[in-house]
Amino acid sequence: MHEVSLMQDILAACEKVARENGQTRITKISLIIGELTEVQDFALEFAFEALTSESMAAGAELDVTYLAPESRCKVCEHTYQHDRFTMLCPQCGSFEVELLHGRELAIDSIEAEEE
Amino acid sequence: MKERVTKLDINTPILDLNDRLAAENRALCDEHGVFVLDLMASPGAGKTSTILATIDMLRDRYRIAVIEGDIASSVDADKIKAHGIPAVQINTGGACHLEAAMVRRALETLDLAELDLIILENVGNLVCPTEFDLGEDAKVMILSIPEGDDKALKYPHIFQISEAIILNKYDTISVFDFDEGAFDEAIARLNPKAPVFRMAATKPVAQDSGIAAWTAWLEERVKQKGIAQ
Repeated sequence: MHEVSLMQDILAACEKVARENGQTRITKISLIIGELTEVQDFALEFAFEALTSESMAAGAELDVTYLAPESRCKVCEHTYQHDRFTMLCPQCGSFEVELLHGRELAIDSIEAEEE
Repeated sequence: MKERVTKLDINTPILDLNDRLAAENRALCDEHGVFVLDLMASPGAGKTSTILATIDMLRDRYRIAVIEGDIASSVDADKIKAHGIPAVQINTGGACHLEAAMVRRALETLDLAELDLIILENVGNLVCPTEFDLGEDAKVMILSIPEGDDKALKYPHIFQISEAIILNKYDTISVFDFDEGAFDEAIARLNPKAPVFRMAATKPVAQDSGIAAWTAWLEERVKQKGIAQ
């Protein structure tokens, strides 16, 4: 996808929060990414390496939690994990389903310190 | 002095700013009762041709404008303007998708009070446009026959989030190795609620029942929004 531009947004948001809290260095950035997004882990890590070197997050750890797609059937109320290709309820075959997880693209938290 | 590490919860979508701008775009278009369609496809699938066919079918009943997203050039906007329809060209300057902020700038140049339908022609790409809310009422995608039936398996996300799927260049199916059964099966698993319109956008609209079916679907949505306003 466009992991570099995503990472620019991530770093800007994290640096803003760190500064607002009087911190000068970011040591860890934790992200939550759903597996239904098209984000590629290697591209995200490359963008992180490339963009952090001159930032408050130089040398920081990148921690990404990938969430498997999970849906709930509105007909039989079954909650189930699934792959990227099959959304149908495995219990009753309905497509009246609600996606609970899989499209996340979020910054969870950071760890920062005052040098 | 000993360094102290502080954990700060952020809990914010990465595309938070885009999502907020998209919500503003949506509110703005809702206020004027304008239906906004985000049309996505690969380069060359027939987005501009589909838009021109759609304009031909609906222009006598609805006031239409087009926002064209391309990395460079105004080729597409010029084609639309040649048909007497307002068109705004957005050059994304290398970006592989439209973002809500770009759409906002384009909306500001249009007289929304004088419109019923805005078609956003997204940048040719099956991946990146899927993550960006633009403030549209519906996302629709086009797959063209020469691209192959396997695209639904290779790019599942775009097929999942599209409310309707146009299978374009359908008149060429006999000369391409397109397995229609495999395609239908993939859609049945990914997004069985989405209608699939088999059509050839460059054919005269009177000779192509698929174009009529597609524009009837769109017209129903545009009408609903106009009534709801």
